[in-house]
Amino acid sequence: MDNGKVITADKLTKKFGDFTAVDHITFEVNRGEIFGFLGANGAGKTTAMRMLSGLSMPTSGKATVAGFDVYKENEKIKRNIGYMSQKFSLYEDLTIRENIQFYAGIYGKSSKFIKDKTEVVLQQLHLQSEADKLVKSLPLGWKQKLAFSVAIFHEPKLVFLDEPTGGVDPVTRREFWQLIYQAAASGITVFVTTHYMDEAEYCSRVSIMVDGRIDALDTPSGLKKTFNASSMDEVFLKLARKAVRTE
Amino acid sequence: MKQFISFVKKEFHHIFRDLRTMFILLAMPVAQIIIFGFALTNEVKNSKVAILDNSKDAATISIIEQIEASRYFEVEKSIHSAKDIESIFKQGKVKLAVVFPQHFNEDLQHFNKAQVQLIADASDPNVANTLTNYASAIIMDYQNRITHDRKMPYTIVPEMRMLYNPELKGAYNFVPGVMAMVLLLVCTMMTAITIVREKEMGTMEVTLVSPMKPFRIVMAKAVPYFLLSSVNITSILLLSVYVLDVPINGSLVLLVGESLLFTLVSLSLGLLISSKAESQQTAMFISLVGMFLPTVMLSGFMFPVENMPLPLRTVSNIVPAKWYYTIVRSVMIKGVGLHAVWKETLVLTGMLVFFLGLAIKNFKIRLA
Repeated sequence: MDNGKVITADKLTKKFGDFTAVDHITFEVNRGEIFGFLGANGAGKTTAMRMLSGLSMPTSGKATVAGFDVYKENEKIKRNIGYMSQKFSLYEDLTIRENIQFYAGIYGKSSKFIKDKTEVVLQQLHLQSEADKLVKSLPLGWKQKLAFSVAIFHEPKLVFLDEPTGGVDPVTRREFWQLIYQAAASGITVFVTTHYMDEAEYCSRVSIMVDGRIDALDTPSGLKKTFNASSMDEVFLKLARKAVRTE
Repeated sequence: MKQFISFVKKEFHHIFRDLRTMFILLAMPVAQIIIFGFALTNEVKNSKVAILDNSKDAATISIIEQIEASRYFEVEKSIHSAKDIESIFKQGKVKLAVVFPQHFNEDLQHFNKAQVQLIADASDPNVANTLTNYASAIIMDYQNRITHDRKMPYTIVPEMRMLYNPELKGAYNFVPGVMAMVLLLVCTMMTAITIVREKEMGTMEVTLVSPMKPFRIVMAKAVPYFLLSSVNITSILLLSVYVLDVPINGSLVLLVGESLLFTLVSLSLGLLISSKAESQQTAMFISLVGMFLPTVMLSGFMFPVENMPLPLRTVSNIVPAKWYYTIVRSVMIKGVGLHAVWKETLVLTGMLVFFLGLAIKNFKIRLA
């Protein structure tokens, strides 16, 4: 039904009045891929992501997520995706275990599934002994890893990560990316926005948005070849310089 | 349903874990009812009174004894000349002076008529008014008794009868007012703040991406506050009946039903505020200034609406608490049934539909 494509977007557009935040973007994301979604601030990344995750209705164009139409099958899409926002999104006044149980609960998972999987996740994150402590007592890096595990707890087909590693130290970022690789290996497609160009190198494919349009889309090595650059950083700068729009 | 329960459970975790919230939700209503019931009453108790008795006969002594026995008065001192009256008022302690002329008893016996002067410190007109009323009541009482004993042929006795609240107890007024205030505070302010907090934190967005419908999310946030309000209604009514001696003269079922209706109106106001406000401070400010102040000022609980100028009287009609306050007073104190308050009930129901509809519409727009 989805012929290996987890996301298809065809001339997807979002306008706010006269302002075109996302301008006819067309791309596909394959199953199991780690898809990097890059762009300067204000380029339209977040708006595009909100349309794909069902938080916002497109103005025009077509798109399917996990095989479902973004206009009509909003509910089915929500059941099949996970989402982690750039703001830290766990409840600080709840314990680690309560946070997991809450998010699993609103996805309608069975008590047995929640109970068994909670132990697996705690073990994976080495948080068994902290399970009943309040989230606010955890260091930021651990919170981010926990938030990611919570976002994929219900085993979605696709997870949206909106700048998941903002403000985190390089060591924790690397550990975080190991979690992303694990998730991708288990068949979850990862759609990630980031500001860190070294992270872009970790992605299977990368798209770069400029002024609401996708100006480049290829593997990191393909992009470097096309733009005759030695790093993703250089590629990004060459493209971003063309931007007319500022924040 | 399982999703819904998970959400409600989480909401209770938030509430029970935050001492401040717990305090506002459960301890404050009790504190308020006790403060309003005991400390801030209109009643004037143990007022200092001065007596100038120029007659010192059986009748005056008997009246003075009764004044002293009354819980409203405390005889501060006896004075011996009319010149002293002004000076003791200026000291400010004494609020009322009772002056008996010479030959008080003789006048009473022979002419069936005697005079007594009540002088009050009217710098506080309400207190002065209340005190002179109390004192004349005591004197009338005495007059009635001697009339009865001696079978005198005449005497005009002005009868003072206070309908519904014979002792003019302040609590009769304050209990309905405090109920309106507490329910508004708990439901409107707390609900608005808790939803806006999730917007601020970013957790709202994450829950909106989940399969849970936005309407359900909002309802799940309101449910705990509705349940806690029921607890508050119960505790306020128990305190009123058993501690403040305010009876429930009408139907308890009707009273509770109307209170739940008002709770729902307050909740929908909270939802409406939360759909507009972007920060917790804004939500709190709108709740306090926009909801709480009008409730105190315009519901009739502190100041009688009837005495207000027309523009304010008109404005008071859009304050939900005004209607609820009227209902509670009618049902609880006067003991009337639904037939007497159907109009107010209808107004509240209309407000509920309007505010809730508006809130839901706003939430949908936000998501588009």
